[in-house]
Amino acid sequence: MPDQPSPRPHVDISVDGIRWSVPAGSSIAAAFVASGHPGWRQTRRRAEPRGLGCGMGVCFDCLVTVNGTRGVRACLTDVREGDVITTERGSGFAGLAI
Amino acid sequence: MPAWPSDPRGTPGGGPRHSDVAVIGAGPAGMSAAVVAAQAGCGVTVLDLGERPGGQYWRWGPASDDGRFHHGWTAFRGLRDSFAGHQAAGRIVHLAGHAVFHVDPPPAAGESGASPRFTVHAVAGERERGYAAVEVSAVVVATGAYERQLPIPGWTLPGVMAAGAAQALLKGSAVVAGQRVVVAGTGPFLLPVAVGLAQAGARVAAVVEANQPLGYLRQPLGLARSWRKLPEAAGYLARLARHRVPVLRRHAVVAAHGDGRLRSVTVARLDPAWAAVPGSQRTLDADVLAVGYGFIPQVELLGEAGAQLRRGPDGRTFAADADADQQTSVPGLFAAGETTGIGGADLSCLEGQVAGRAAARHCGHQVPPAGPAIGRRREALRRFGSLLDAVHPVPPGWTQWLTGDTVVCRCEEVTLARLLAAVDLGADDARSVKLLARPGMGWCQGRICGAAVAAIVAGHRRPGRPDRDDLDFPESAVSRPLAQPVPLEVLAQAAQERATGDMAGSPDHL
Repeated sequence: MPDQPSPRPHVDISVDGIRWSVPAGSSIAAAFVASGHPGWRQTRRRAEPRGLGCGMGVCFDCLVTVNGTRGVRACLTDVREGDVITTERGSGFAGLAI
Repeated sequence: MPAWPSDPRGTPGGGPRHSDVAVIGAGPAGMSAAVVAAQAGCGVTVLDLGERPGGQYWRWGPASDDGRFHHGWTAFRGLRDSFAGHQAAGRIVHLAGHAVFHVDPPPAAGESGASPRFTVHAVAGERERGYAAVEVSAVVVATGAYERQLPIPGWTLPGVMAAGAAQALLKGSAVVAGQRVVVAGTGPFLLPVAVGLAQAGARVAAVVEANQPLGYLRQPLGLARSWRKLPEAAGYLARLARHRVPVLRRHAVVAAHGDGRLRSVTVARLDPAWAAVPGSQRTLDADVLAVGYGFIPQVELLGEAGAQLRRGPDGRTFAADADADQQTSVPGLFAAGETTGIGGADLSCLEGQVAGRAAARHCGHQVPPAGPAIGRRREALRRFGSLLDAVHPVPPGWTQWLTGDTVVCRCEEVTLARLLAAVDLGADDARSVKLLARPGMGWCQGRICGAAVAAIVAGHRRPGRPDRDDLDFPESAVSRPLAQPVPLEVLAQAAQERATGDMAGSPDHL
């Protein structure tokens, strides 16, 4: 029998305005993966999807905006109840129109 | 255990925090160094990128605090308890989520300078960023290593990730990376990654090892000295067999395919130079490719602080030179763990203990130096590390797996065709190619593609041109003024603190 992770509490977060219930105590990257979304950032030149790369804060592929802070490494940051997460398109500075 | 009690960042009156020793990195080496230095009577400040101590090897979280997916968990629990005890007693200050971007050494004798001590500069906090500085008499750099990646067609697809990333999802978050996983690359690390995924319920379609690790048998001396590790590998292989996971040797994943996410990979048999054997390609369905070709020491902070580095066995990576006390060529600056060369967690703990002890002595505490038994054990473990390097090389045949539209530099999205165009324009070395085509000029600062770009350029150089190792992968590629991306607001805060006199030791170039 596979050694399945036991049932665990969830927290509510918002991702691009949609409410998600994700496993408590997981990284934001793990929350995306566990929710069936392996890719969440879109690159600025080729508009390609990117997700988890190195998983340890080196490659900067997994960046998201968290509660207004841009460029947060999803692989290093744990989800917290009520987090407002916005996926990043292009440079992540679309709101500034630069 | 609930959330880890990281100490509050910042100091009550602003300005730098003062401590005896700064330890950068809280993995096996950093935690060991911090605990030993604290035991010796030092005040220790630990700055670490993670939310909890443990590093990547002992990455854990509230949902994985049972050690289910870990190795050496009992040892870690002991170390973590000691660490927490010193933290509660105020001897260790643990600054979680801190990205150290620069270490200023004390001015040399006769040179004028504001501070006779080291100043460690960090971006404080990933969610809300600030600036933090610590002034100390000794620094232990224990920043570990990251996985070597080879660019292949499709490697930027979501679902393709470092083997360590797949393992970190399990160890840190108790989340399984996908349903059908291929684990590929080279090195003994692939085995525990595959075992963990299979145990957690993923279907591991194959472990694809590019080398022929029977090479162990041709290294009897190394083998005899590393006997403890062989049952470990055999145990992993037995568990893979139990989960019916095929292990392919002298094979590699040479391409990844999908439409916005990974759907399948192409596996090919390799010749000894790592060219794909024609006709050997086949396709495996997979939603995750967990891949890694060994590890690269993370030495940027050491290089920029002036510590002497040496080229690794591949000629395209660097490790720090350290003496018997783990001291670098800069007095008071110590390197421990993977920063001195890849050797594994046991060696990292040992080097951390030696460095912590020596750092305490550097601060004036009466501590006897590490005895000869520790030195011998360290040598044996280092020989094992060298053995692994010898049987898991990365020959340049992989550069032929790429096509013109393969993205080589992920940050700047530079394709192979653009790299080669720069070479054809006359850029004869990786450094000139970087200036013309921008590989390595993005967020990751060339950590992910740097060694790969150097290998590609070296392979494409016109016949008769001399090798340019000095330029293809110069020491400057790993010694930058800023070892981490720093938001302008954080730089501004650092400069402001310096202008108001709070920050005597800010880097001059800020």
